[in-house]
Amino acid sequence: MKILVCITHVPDTTSKIQFTDNNTQFDKTGVQFIIGPYDDYALARAVELRDQTSGSLTVLNVGEAETEPTLRKALAIGADEAIRVNAFPSDSLFVANQIAHYAKEGGYDLILMGRESIDFNGGMVHGMVAEMLGMPSISPVMKLDLEGETAKLAREIEGGKEYLEVNLPFVAGCQEPIAEWKIPNMRGIMSARTKPLNVVEAVSEDAATKTISYELPPAKGAVKLIDKDNVEELVQLLQNEAKVL
Amino acid sequence: MSILVYIEHADGAVKKTSLEALSYAKALAEKEGKEVTAVALGTIDQGALAKAGSAGAAKVLQVEDDKLNAGIIQAHANVVAQAFEKVGADTLVLAKSSLGDAVAARLTIKLNAGLVSNVVALPETDGGYKVKRSIYTGKAFAYSEITTANKILAVKKNAVALKVDGADAPVEKLEVTLSDSDFAAKITSTDKATDEISLPEADIIVSGGRGMKGPENWNLIEDLAKAMGAATGCSKPVSDSGWRPHHEHVGQTGVKVAPSLYVAVGISGAIQHLAGVNASKYIVVINKDPEAPFFKAADYGIVGDAFEVLPKLTEAVKAIK
Repeated sequence: MKILVCITHVPDTTSKIQFTDNNTQFDKTGVQFIIGPYDDYALARAVELRDQTSGSLTVLNVGEAETEPTLRKALAIGADEAIRVNAFPSDSLFVANQIAHYAKEGGYDLILMGRESIDFNGGMVHGMVAEMLGMPSISPVMKLDLEGETAKLAREIEGGKEYLEVNLPFVAGCQEPIAEWKIPNMRGIMSARTKPLNVVEAVSEDAATKTISYELPPAKGAVKLIDKDNVEELVQLLQNEAKVL
Repeated sequence: MSILVYIEHADGAVKKTSLEALSYAKALAEKEGKEVTAVALGTIDQGALAKAGSAGAAKVLQVEDDKLNAGIIQAHANVVAQAFEKVGADTLVLAKSSLGDAVAARLTIKLNAGLVSNVVALPETDGGYKVKRSIYTGKAFAYSEITTANKILAVKKNAVALKVDGADAPVEKLEVTLSDSDFAAKITSTDKATDEISLPEADIIVSGGRGMKGPENWNLIEDLAKAMGAATGCSKPVSDSGWRPHHEHVGQTGVKVAPSLYVAVGISGAIQHLAGVNASKYIVVINKDPEAPFFKAADYGIVGDAFEVLPKLTEAVKAIK
Protein backbone atom coordinates (compact mmCIF):
# COMPACT_ATOMS: atom_id res chain seq x y z
CA MET A 1 0.00 0.00 0.00
CA LYS A 2 1.47 3.32 -1.11
CA ILE A 3 -0.08 6.34 0.53
CA LEU A 4 0.43 10.00 -0.34
CA VAL A 5 -0.66 12.66 2.15
CA CYS A 6 -0.68 16.29 1.00
CA ILE A 7 -0.33 18.85 3.74
CA THR A 8 -0.67 22.61 3.94
CA HIS A 9 1.58 24.96 5.91
CA VAL A 10 -0.79 27.44 7.52
CA PRO A 11 -0.90 30.02 10.32
CA ASP A 12 -1.91 28.58 13.69
CA THR A 13 -5.65 28.97 14.37
CA THR A 14 -4.97 31.50 17.12
CA SER A 15 -2.92 33.80 14.83
CA LYS A 16 -3.90 37.41 14.47
CA ILE A 17 -4.36 37.98 10.75
CA GLN A 18 -2.73 41.16 9.40
CA PHE A 19 -1.47 42.39 6.04
CA THR A 20 1.39 44.61 4.91
CA ASP A 21 2.48 46.46 1.76
CA ASN A 22 -0.79 48.29 1.31
CA ASN A 23 -2.81 45.14 2.05
CA THR A 24 -1.15 43.05 -0.64
CA GLN A 25 1.00 40.71 1.51
CA PHE A 26 0.23 38.46 4.48
CA ASP A 27 2.10 39.69 7.56
CA LYS A 28 4.05 36.75 9.00
CA THR A 29 5.35 38.72 12.01
CA GLY A 30 4.86 36.65 15.15
CA VAL A 31 2.83 34.00 13.33
CA GLN A 32 3.45 30.35 14.06
CA PHE A 33 2.89 27.98 11.15
CA ILE A 34 1.45 24.49 11.58
CA ILE A 35 0.28 21.48 9.56
CA GLY A 36 -3.29 22.34 8.46
CA PRO A 37 -5.60 20.88 11.16
CA TYR A 38 -7.64 18.86 8.64
CA ASP A 39 -4.42 17.60 7.01
CA ASP A 40 -3.30 16.48 10.47
CA TYR A 41 -6.33 14.18 10.62
CA ALA A 42 -5.50 12.76 7.17
CA LEU A 43 -1.89 12.18 8.23
CA ALA A 44 -2.89 10.48 11.49
CA ARG A 45 -5.15 8.00 9.67
CA ALA A 46 -2.52 7.43 6.98
CA VAL A 47 0.06 6.47 9.63
CA GLU A 48 -2.37 3.86 11.00
CA LEU A 49 -3.19 2.46 7.55
CA ARG A 50 0.49 2.34 6.60
CA ASP A 51 1.23 0.37 9.79
CA GLN A 52 -1.67 -2.02 9.14
CA THR A 53 -0.62 -2.74 5.56
CA SER A 54 3.16 -2.51 5.99
CA GLY A 55 3.07 0.06 3.24
CA SER A 56 4.83 3.34 2.63
CA LEU A 57 3.75 6.86 3.47
CA THR A 58 4.94 9.93 1.59
CA VAL A 59 4.01 13.42 2.70
CA LEU A 60 4.03 16.30 0.21
CA ASN A 61 3.79 20.05 0.48
CA VAL A 62 3.87 22.67 -2.24
CA GLY A 63 5.83 25.50 -0.69
CA GLU A 64 9.04 27.42 -0.36
CA ALA A 65 11.96 26.48 1.93
CA GLU A 66 10.20 27.92 5.01
CA THR A 67 7.74 24.97 5.01
CA GLU A 68 10.44 22.38 5.75
CA PRO A 69 9.94 22.42 9.55
CA THR A 70 6.27 21.56 8.90
CA LEU A 71 7.33 18.63 6.69
CA ARG A 72 9.84 17.51 9.36
CA LYS A 73 6.99 17.47 11.87
CA ALA A 74 5.00 15.20 9.53
CA LEU A 75 8.04 12.90 9.35
CA ALA A 76 8.22 12.90 13.15
CA ILE A 77 4.53 11.95 13.29
CA GLY A 78 5.26 8.94 11.11
CA ALA A 79 5.65 9.67 7.38
CA ASP A 80 8.50 7.71 5.75
CA GLU A 81 9.64 10.40 3.36
CA ALA A 82 8.78 13.99 2.53
CA ILE A 83 8.59 15.85 -0.75
CA ARG A 84 8.63 19.61 -1.04
CA VAL A 85 7.58 20.96 -4.41
CA ASN A 86 9.62 24.11 -4.48
CA ALA A 87 7.11 26.85 -5.34
CA PHE A 88 4.88 29.45 -3.77
CA PRO A 89 1.36 27.89 -3.69
CA SER A 90 -0.26 30.67 -5.69
CA ASP A 91 -3.73 29.17 -6.13
CA SER A 92 -5.58 25.87 -5.70
CA LEU A 93 -5.26 24.90 -9.38
CA PHE A 94 -1.51 25.45 -9.31
CA VAL A 95 -1.17 23.32 -6.15
CA ALA A 96 -3.41 20.58 -7.59
CA ASN A 97 -1.31 20.52 -10.77
CA GLN A 98 1.87 19.96 -8.78
CA ILE A 99 0.31 17.18 -6.69
CA ALA A 100 -1.22 15.42 -9.70
CA HIS A 101 2.03 15.63 -11.64
CA TYR A 102 3.98 14.12 -8.75
CA ALA A 103 1.33 11.49 -7.92
CA LYS A 104 1.04 10.32 -11.53
CA GLU A 105 4.58 8.97 -11.39
CA GLY A 106 4.21 7.43 -7.93
CA GLY A 107 1.42 4.88 -8.41
CA TYR A 108 -0.25 5.71 -5.10
CA ASP A 109 -3.16 3.58 -3.87
CA LEU A 110 -4.51 6.30 -1.67
CA ILE A 111 -4.15 10.10 -1.79
CA LEU A 112 -5.32 11.82 1.37
CA MET A 113 -5.45 15.44 2.45
CA GLY A 114 -7.58 17.67 4.67
CA ARG A 115 -11.05 18.68 3.50
CA GLU A 116 -9.78 22.26 3.20
CA SER A 117 -6.89 24.49 4.21
CA ILE A 118 -7.53 26.96 7.02
CA ASP A 119 -6.02 29.92 5.15
CA PHE A 120 -8.00 30.10 1.91
CA ASN A 121 -10.69 27.59 2.95
CA GLY A 122 -11.36 26.60 -0.65
CA GLY A 123 -11.71 22.85 -0.14
CA MET A 124 -10.96 22.34 -3.82
CA VAL A 125 -7.55 20.70 -4.19
CA HIS A 126 -8.62 17.08 -3.56
CA GLY A 127 -11.35 17.25 -6.20
CA MET A 128 -9.03 18.87 -8.73
CA VAL A 129 -6.31 16.26 -8.18
CA ALA A 130 -8.84 13.43 -8.54
CA GLU A 131 -10.21 14.86 -11.77
CA MET A 132 -6.70 15.32 -13.17
CA LEU A 133 -5.83 11.71 -12.32
CA GLY A 134 -9.22 10.30 -13.38
CA MET A 135 -9.90 8.92 -9.88
CA PRO A 136 -13.01 9.07 -7.68
CA SER A 137 -12.96 11.80 -5.01
CA ILE A 138 -14.76 11.67 -1.68
CA SER A 139 -15.09 14.45 0.88
CA PRO A 140 -15.45 15.20 3.76
CA VAL A 141 -14.40 11.77 5.00
CA MET A 142 -14.87 10.97 8.72
CA LYS A 143 -14.05 7.26 8.63
CA LEU A 144 -11.84 5.23 6.31
CA ASP A 145 -11.18 1.49 6.59
CA LEU A 146 -9.57 -0.81 4.06
CA GLU A 147 -10.70 -4.32 3.14
CA GLY A 148 -8.28 -5.46 0.48
CA GLU A 149 -8.72 -3.28 -2.59
CA THR A 150 -11.97 -1.80 -1.29
CA ALA A 151 -12.28 1.14 1.07
CA LYS A 152 -15.26 1.62 3.35
CA LEU A 153 -15.87 5.24 4.20
CA ALA A 154 -18.25 7.51 6.03
CA ARG A 155 -18.61 11.09 4.95
CA GLU A 156 -20.42 13.94 6.62
CA ILE A 157 -23.62 15.18 5.03
CA GLU A 158 -25.89 17.86 6.42
CA GLY A 159 -27.46 16.44 9.58
CA GLY A 160 -25.83 13.04 9.41
CA LYS A 161 -23.51 10.58 7.74
CA GLU A 162 -23.38 8.67 4.50
CA TYR A 163 -21.54 5.34 4.12
CA LEU A 164 -19.71 4.57 0.89
CA GLU A 165 -17.58 1.95 -0.76
CA VAL A 166 -14.98 2.61 -3.39
CA ASN A 167 -12.12 0.67 -4.92
CA LEU A 168 -8.55 1.89 -4.74
CA PRO A 169 -7.08 4.19 -5.92
CA PHE A 170 -9.00 7.32 -4.95
CA VAL A 171 -8.55 10.77 -3.42
CA ALA A 172 -10.15 11.79 -0.11
CA GLY A 173 -10.53 15.07 1.75
CA CYS A 174 -10.51 14.20 5.46
CA GLN A 175 -11.80 15.64 8.71
CA GLU A 176 -12.33 14.51 12.28
CA PRO A 177 -13.01 11.99 13.73
CA ILE A 178 -11.15 9.89 11.12
CA ALA A 179 -8.29 9.46 13.62
CA GLU A 180 -6.87 11.09 16.72
CA TRP A 181 -4.14 13.64 16.01
CA LYS A 182 -0.73 12.14 16.65
CA ILE A 183 1.83 14.03 18.68
CA PRO A 184 5.44 13.29 17.71
CA ASN A 185 7.35 11.39 20.38
CA MET A 186 11.09 11.68 21.02
CA ARG A 187 11.88 8.67 18.84
CA GLY A 188 9.84 10.16 16.01
CA ILE A 189 11.55 13.52 16.34
CA MET A 190 15.00 11.91 16.31
CA SER A 191 14.27 9.67 13.35
CA ALA A 192 12.69 12.55 11.39
CA ARG A 193 16.15 14.15 11.19
CA THR A 194 17.48 11.32 9.08
CA LYS A 195 14.42 10.57 6.96
CA PRO A 196 14.62 11.84 3.36
CA LEU A 197 13.19 15.27 2.57
CA ASN A 198 13.49 15.70 -1.17
CA VAL A 199 12.99 18.96 -2.99
CA VAL A 200 11.57 18.80 -6.49
CA GLU A 201 11.07 21.72 -8.83
CA ALA A 202 7.55 22.76 -9.81
CA VAL A 203 6.18 21.88 -13.22
CA SER A 204 5.31 25.09 -14.99
CA GLU A 205 1.56 25.33 -15.04
CA ASP A 206 -0.44 28.51 -15.06
CA ALA A 207 -2.74 29.38 -12.20
CA ALA A 208 -6.35 30.33 -13.00
CA THR A 209 -6.70 33.00 -10.32
CA LYS A 210 -4.45 35.52 -8.64
CA THR A 211 -5.00 37.33 -5.39
CA ILE A 212 -4.74 41.08 -5.81
CA SER A 213 -5.32 42.41 -2.29
CA TYR A 214 -6.62 41.69 1.19
CA GLU A 215 -9.00 43.41 3.58
CA LEU A 216 -9.87 43.03 7.25
CA PRO A 217 -13.50 43.05 8.40
CA PRO A 218 -14.67 46.11 10.36
CA ALA A 219 -13.96 45.94 14.10
CA LYS A 220 -16.69 44.44 16.24
CA GLY A 221 -18.57 46.82 18.56
CA ALA A 222 -18.71 46.20 22.31
CA VAL A 223 -21.11 43.61 23.70
CA LYS A 224 -24.40 44.92 25.08
CA LEU A 225 -24.83 43.30 28.51
CA ILE A 226 -28.30 42.55 29.80
CA ASP A 227 -29.15 41.84 33.43
CA LYS A 228 -29.83 38.15 34.12
CA ASP A 229 -33.04 39.05 35.87
CA ASN A 230 -34.35 40.93 32.85
CA VAL A 231 -34.22 38.39 30.01
CA GLU A 232 -37.31 40.06 28.48
CA GLU A 233 -35.02 42.93 27.49
CA LEU A 234 -32.84 40.52 25.47
CA VAL A 235 -35.88 39.12 23.68
CA GLN A 236 -37.07 42.64 22.94
CA LEU A 237 -33.65 43.63 21.53
CA LEU A 238 -33.47 40.52 19.38
CA GLN A 239 -36.94 41.22 18.09
CA ASN A 240 -36.82 44.97 17.54
CA GLU A 241 -33.16 45.99 17.26
CA ALA A 242 -31.50 42.97 15.62
CA LYS A 243 -34.78 41.83 14.01
CA VAL A 244 -33.79 38.18 14.17
CA LEU A 245 -36.71 36.78 16.19
CA MET B 1 -24.59 33.85 -22.82
CA SER B 2 -25.90 32.09 -19.82
CA ILE B 3 -25.08 31.71 -16.16
CA LEU B 4 -25.66 28.17 -14.94
CA VAL B 5 -26.57 27.56 -11.30
CA TYR B 6 -26.12 24.10 -9.75
CA ILE B 7 -28.92 23.73 -7.22
CA GLU B 8 -29.06 21.28 -4.37
CA HIS B 9 -32.28 20.03 -2.87
CA ALA B 10 -33.28 18.23 0.29
CA ASP B 11 -36.53 16.45 1.06
CA GLY B 12 -38.23 17.88 -2.01
CA ALA B 13 -37.25 21.52 -1.55
CA VAL B 14 -34.49 23.57 -3.13
CA LYS B 15 -31.99 24.40 -0.36
CA LYS B 16 -31.97 27.95 0.94
CA THR B 17 -28.27 28.25 0.15
CA SER B 18 -29.01 27.32 -3.47
CA LEU B 19 -31.78 29.94 -3.58
CA GLU B 20 -29.18 32.46 -2.37
CA ALA B 21 -26.86 31.33 -5.18
CA LEU B 22 -29.74 31.90 -7.61
CA SER B 23 -30.32 35.43 -6.24
CA TYR B 24 -26.61 36.10 -6.64
CA ALA B 25 -26.62 34.74 -10.20
CA LYS B 26 -29.65 36.85 -11.10
CA ALA B 27 -27.95 40.04 -9.91
CA LEU B 28 -24.83 39.04 -11.86
CA ALA B 29 -26.89 38.23 -14.96
CA GLU B 30 -28.56 41.64 -14.83
CA LYS B 31 -25.16 43.30 -14.58
CA GLU B 32 -23.77 41.33 -17.52
CA GLY B 33 -26.88 41.08 -19.70
CA LYS B 34 -27.13 37.30 -19.37
CA GLU B 35 -29.77 34.74 -18.48
CA VAL B 36 -29.86 32.38 -15.49
CA THR B 37 -30.48 28.66 -15.98
CA ALA B 38 -30.61 26.28 -13.02
CA VAL B 39 -29.69 22.61 -13.16
CA ALA B 40 -31.14 20.08 -10.69
CA LEU B 41 -30.11 16.45 -10.43
CA GLY B 42 -32.26 13.54 -9.36
CA THR B 43 -35.93 12.82 -8.86
CA ILE B 44 -37.67 15.86 -7.43
CA ASP B 45 -41.18 17.25 -7.67
CA GLN B 46 -41.48 19.63 -10.63
CA GLY B 47 -43.56 22.08 -8.63
CA ALA B 48 -40.75 22.38 -6.09
CA LEU B 49 -38.21 22.85 -8.87
CA ALA B 50 -40.31 25.54 -10.55
CA LYS B 51 -39.85 27.57 -7.35
CA ALA B 52 -36.25 28.13 -8.42
CA GLY B 53 -37.80 30.71 -10.77
CA SER B 54 -38.86 32.72 -7.76
CA ALA B 55 -35.23 33.30 -6.80
CA GLY B 56 -34.02 34.12 -10.29
CA ALA B 57 -33.87 31.15 -12.66
CA ALA B 58 -35.41 31.78 -16.10
CA LYS B 59 -35.41 28.04 -16.71
CA VAL B 60 -34.66 24.86 -14.78
CA LEU B 61 -32.99 21.84 -16.38
CA GLN B 62 -33.72 18.60 -14.60
CA VAL B 63 -31.68 15.47 -15.06
CA GLU B 64 -34.12 12.90 -13.74
CA ASP B 65 -32.20 9.80 -12.78
CA ASP B 66 -32.62 7.96 -9.46
CA LYS B 67 -28.91 7.29 -9.34
CA LEU B 68 -28.27 11.03 -9.07
CA ASN B 69 -30.31 11.39 -5.87
CA ALA B 70 -27.17 10.56 -3.93
CA GLY B 71 -24.38 13.08 -4.18
CA ILE B 72 -21.83 11.02 -6.10
CA ILE B 73 -19.30 13.70 -6.88
CA GLN B 74 -17.97 12.39 -10.22
CA ALA B 75 -21.45 11.82 -11.64
CA HIS B 76 -22.71 15.25 -10.53
CA ALA B 77 -19.67 17.00 -11.99
CA ASN B 78 -20.09 15.17 -15.27
CA VAL B 79 -23.77 16.12 -15.54
CA VAL B 80 -23.16 19.78 -14.69
CA ALA B 81 -20.37 19.96 -17.28
CA GLN B 82 -22.79 18.70 -19.94
CA ALA B 83 -25.47 21.18 -18.86
CA PHE B 84 -22.89 23.99 -18.94
CA GLU B 85 -22.05 23.20 -22.55
CA LYS B 86 -25.67 22.68 -23.53
CA VAL B 87 -26.79 26.15 -22.39
CA GLY B 88 -23.63 27.85 -23.68
CA ALA B 89 -22.70 29.13 -20.23
CA ASP B 90 -19.46 30.85 -19.33
CA THR B 91 -20.14 31.16 -15.58
CA LEU B 92 -21.20 28.54 -13.04
CA VAL B 93 -22.61 29.74 -9.72
CA LEU B 94 -23.26 27.40 -6.80
CA ALA B 95 -23.63 27.50 -3.03
CA LYS B 96 -20.54 26.64 -1.02
CA SER B 97 -21.28 23.31 0.66
CA SER B 98 -19.53 19.98 1.16
CA LEU B 99 -21.05 18.62 -2.03
CA GLY B 100 -20.87 21.91 -3.94
CA ASP B 101 -17.15 22.29 -3.22
CA ALA B 102 -16.38 18.76 -4.30
CA VAL B 103 -18.38 19.05 -7.53
CA ALA B 104 -16.98 22.50 -8.35
CA ALA B 105 -13.40 21.31 -7.89
CA ARG B 106 -13.78 18.64 -10.58
CA LEU B 107 -15.54 21.13 -12.85
CA THR B 108 -12.61 23.55 -12.80
CA ILE B 109 -10.65 20.91 -14.72
CA LYS B 110 -13.51 19.75 -16.97
CA LEU B 111 -14.42 23.31 -17.96
CA ASN B 112 -10.92 24.77 -17.81
CA ALA B 113 -12.35 27.35 -15.43
CA GLY B 114 -10.96 29.59 -12.73
CA LEU B 115 -12.73 29.19 -9.42
CA VAL B 116 -13.23 31.41 -6.42
CA SER B 117 -14.82 29.92 -3.30
CA ASN B 118 -16.50 31.61 -0.31
CA VAL B 119 -17.62 34.49 -2.53
CA VAL B 120 -19.27 37.32 -0.57
CA ALA B 121 -20.00 39.99 -3.23
CA LEU B 122 -20.65 40.46 -6.94
CA PRO B 123 -17.50 40.60 -9.09
CA GLU B 124 -15.85 43.92 -9.87
CA THR B 125 -15.22 43.95 -13.60
CA ASP B 126 -13.38 47.23 -14.21
CA GLY B 127 -10.01 46.08 -15.51
CA GLY B 128 -10.17 42.36 -14.73
CA TYR B 129 -12.68 40.06 -13.03
CA LYS B 130 -12.11 40.55 -9.31
CA VAL B 131 -14.11 38.60 -6.74
CA LYS B 132 -14.26 39.26 -3.00
CA ARG B 133 -13.94 36.11 -0.92
CA SER B 134 -13.85 35.29 2.77
CA ILE B 135 -10.53 33.76 3.91
CA TYR B 136 -8.80 32.70 7.16
CA THR B 137 -12.10 31.21 8.36
CA GLY B 138 -13.85 34.56 8.26
CA LYS B 139 -10.99 36.58 9.79
CA ALA B 140 -10.21 38.42 6.51
CA PHE B 141 -11.22 38.95 2.90
CA ALA B 142 -9.24 38.64 -0.34
CA TYR B 143 -9.87 40.04 -3.80
CA SER B 144 -9.01 37.33 -6.31
CA GLU B 145 -8.88 37.87 -10.05
CA ILE B 146 -10.06 35.07 -12.32
CA THR B 147 -7.94 34.98 -15.46
CA THR B 148 -9.77 32.27 -17.45
CA ALA B 149 -12.74 32.70 -19.82
CA ASN B 150 -14.91 30.22 -17.91
CA LYS B 151 -15.58 31.10 -14.29
CA ILE B 152 -16.93 29.27 -11.24
CA LEU B 153 -18.17 31.16 -8.18
CA ALA B 154 -19.05 29.31 -4.96
CA VAL B 155 -21.17 31.68 -2.87
CA LYS B 156 -20.83 31.74 0.92
CA LYS B 157 -23.99 31.17 2.93
CA ASN B 158 -25.81 34.31 4.14
CA ALA B 159 -23.40 36.53 2.16
CA VAL B 160 -26.07 37.66 -0.29
CA ALA B 161 -29.64 38.66 0.42
CA LEU B 162 -32.21 36.17 -0.78
CA LYS B 163 -34.70 37.82 -3.17
CA VAL B 164 -37.83 35.94 -4.16
CA ASP B 165 -40.59 37.28 -6.39
CA GLY B 166 -43.05 34.39 -6.61
CA ALA B 167 -42.45 33.61 -10.30
CA ASP B 168 -42.25 29.98 -11.39
CA ALA B 169 -39.71 28.81 -13.94
CA PRO B 170 -40.39 26.26 -16.70
CA VAL B 171 -38.77 22.88 -15.98
CA GLU B 172 -37.20 21.03 -18.91
CA LYS B 173 -35.77 17.53 -18.92
CA LEU B 174 -32.13 17.29 -19.87
CA GLU B 175 -30.65 14.12 -21.33
CA VAL B 176 -27.05 13.43 -20.41
CA THR B 177 -24.57 10.62 -20.94
CA LEU B 178 -23.19 8.90 -17.87
CA SER B 179 -20.97 5.86 -17.61
CA ASP B 180 -20.35 3.28 -14.88
CA SER B 181 -17.06 4.95 -13.97
CA ASP B 182 -19.02 8.03 -12.85
CA PHE B 183 -20.53 5.83 -10.15
CA ALA B 184 -17.29 4.19 -8.98
CA ALA B 185 -18.00 5.37 -5.43
CA LYS B 186 -21.16 3.65 -4.17
CA ILE B 187 -23.32 4.87 -1.33
CA THR B 188 -24.27 1.89 0.82
CA SER B 189 -26.38 3.58 3.49
CA THR B 190 -27.32 6.90 5.04
CA ASP B 191 -27.70 7.77 8.68
CA LYS B 192 -29.66 10.99 8.91
CA ALA B 193 -31.53 12.69 11.71
CA THR B 194 -34.66 13.70 9.84
CA ASP B 195 -36.60 15.55 12.52
CA GLU B 196 -33.90 18.12 13.21
CA ILE B 197 -33.20 21.44 11.51
CA SER B 198 -29.90 21.03 9.64
CA LEU B 199 -27.14 23.13 11.22
CA PRO B 200 -25.57 24.56 8.05
CA GLU B 201 -29.03 25.60 6.84
CA ALA B 202 -30.37 26.95 10.12
CA ASP B 203 -31.21 30.62 10.52
CA ILE B 204 -31.03 30.47 14.32
CA ILE B 205 -28.76 28.15 16.32
CA VAL B 206 -28.70 27.52 20.08
CA SER B 207 -25.45 25.85 21.15
CA GLY B 208 -24.38 24.43 24.48
CA GLY B 209 -20.93 23.95 25.95
CA ARG B 210 -19.33 22.33 28.97
CA GLY B 211 -21.19 24.81 31.16
CA MET B 212 -24.29 22.64 30.63
CA LYS B 213 -22.56 20.09 32.90
CA GLY B 214 -23.93 16.95 31.20
CA PRO B 215 -26.14 15.54 28.42
CA GLU B 216 -29.03 15.17 30.89
CA ASN B 217 -29.41 18.96 30.91
CA TRP B 218 -29.74 19.32 27.13
CA ASN B 219 -33.51 19.67 27.40
CA LEU B 220 -32.85 23.29 28.47
CA ILE B 221 -31.00 23.93 25.18
CA GLU B 222 -33.65 22.07 23.19
CA ASP B 223 -36.52 23.97 24.84
CA LEU B 224 -35.02 27.34 23.93
CA ALA B 225 -34.22 26.10 20.41
CA LYS B 226 -37.79 24.89 19.98
CA ALA B 227 -39.23 28.20 21.17
CA MET B 228 -36.96 30.08 18.74
CA GLY B 229 -37.40 27.67 15.81
CA ALA B 230 -33.68 27.00 15.99
CA ALA B 231 -31.25 24.16 15.35
CA THR B 232 -29.07 22.92 18.20
CA GLY B 233 -25.29 22.78 18.23
CA CYS B 234 -22.49 22.19 20.69
CA SER B 235 -18.82 22.92 21.34
CA LYS B 236 -15.99 20.46 20.64
CA PRO B 237 -15.50 19.23 24.24
CA VAL B 238 -19.20 18.37 24.33
CA SER B 239 -19.07 16.20 21.19
CA ASP B 240 -15.69 14.78 22.23
CA SER B 241 -17.19 13.56 25.50
CA GLY B 242 -20.09 12.00 23.61
CA TRP B 243 -22.77 14.22 25.18
CA ARG B 244 -23.93 15.16 21.68
CA PRO B 245 -23.34 13.64 18.21
CA HIS B 246 -20.39 14.83 16.16
CA HIS B 247 -22.53 16.45 13.46
CA GLU B 248 -23.70 19.01 16.05
CA HIS B 249 -20.13 20.14 16.78
CA VAL B 250 -19.77 23.76 15.68
CA GLY B 251 -16.27 25.10 15.18
CA GLN B 252 -13.09 25.20 13.18
CA THR B 253 -12.90 21.45 12.64
CA GLY B 254 -16.62 20.79 12.96
CA VAL B 255 -19.53 22.47 11.22
CA LYS B 256 -18.99 26.09 10.25
CA VAL B 257 -22.19 28.05 10.51
CA ALA B 258 -23.49 31.43 9.40
CA PRO B 259 -26.95 31.91 10.95
CA SER B 260 -28.72 35.21 11.57
CA LEU B 261 -28.59 34.49 15.29
CA TYR B 262 -26.16 32.28 17.24
CA VAL B 263 -26.90 31.74 20.93
CA ALA B 264 -23.95 30.27 22.86
CA VAL B 265 -24.74 28.90 26.31
CA GLY B 266 -21.98 27.84 28.70
CA ILE B 267 -19.33 28.06 25.95
CA SER B 268 -16.22 30.02 26.90
CA GLY B 269 -15.34 30.87 23.30
CA ALA B 270 -12.12 29.06 22.41
CA ILE B 271 -10.63 30.46 19.22
CA GLN B 272 -11.49 27.25 17.35
CA HIS B 273 -15.14 27.65 18.28
CA LEU B 274 -15.15 31.34 17.32
CA ALA B 275 -13.69 30.42 13.93
CA GLY B 276 -16.77 28.32 13.26
CA VAL B 277 -19.32 30.97 14.22
CA ASN B 278 -17.82 34.33 13.37
CA ALA B 279 -19.89 34.59 10.19
CA SER B 280 -23.07 34.75 12.30
CA LYS B 281 -24.98 38.03 11.93
CA TYR B 282 -25.73 38.34 15.68
CA ILE B 283 -24.21 36.46 18.60
CA VAL B 284 -25.74 36.13 22.07
CA VAL B 285 -23.54 34.74 24.84
CA ILE B 286 -24.85 33.38 28.14
CA ASN B 287 -22.09 32.48 30.60
CA LYS B 288 -21.63 32.77 34.33
CA ASP B 289 -17.97 33.78 33.87
CA PRO B 290 -17.87 37.49 32.99
CA GLU B 291 -14.28 36.97 31.74
CA ALA B 292 -15.30 34.35 29.12
CA PRO B 293 -13.58 35.38 25.87
CA PHE B 294 -16.80 34.79 23.94
CA PHE B 295 -18.24 38.06 25.33
CA LYS B 296 -15.73 39.94 23.18
CA ALA B 297 -17.25 38.42 20.03
CA ALA B 298 -20.85 38.81 21.18
CA ASP B 299 -23.44 41.44 20.29
CA TYR B 300 -25.55 40.73 23.38
CA GLY B 301 -24.58 38.99 26.58
CA ILE B 302 -25.99 37.81 29.87
CA VAL B 303 -23.65 37.06 32.76
CA GLY B 304 -25.50 34.38 34.67
CA ASP B 305 -26.05 30.71 35.40
CA ALA B 306 -27.46 28.89 32.36
CA PHE B 307 -29.70 26.80 34.60
CA GLU B 308 -31.41 29.95 35.88
CA VAL B 309 -31.34 32.02 32.69
CA LEU B 310 -32.45 29.43 30.10
CA PRO B 311 -35.92 28.58 31.50
CA LYS B 312 -36.72 32.28 31.91
CA LEU B 313 -35.45 33.09 28.42
CA THR B 314 -37.47 30.24 26.89
CA GLU B 315 -40.63 31.56 28.57
CA ALA B 316 -39.88 35.11 27.38
CA VAL B 317 -39.44 33.91 23.80
CA LYS B 318 -42.65 31.88 23.96
CA ALA B 319 -44.48 34.99 25.19
CA ILE B 320 -43.76 36.90 21.97
CA LYS B 321 -44.39 34.03 19.55
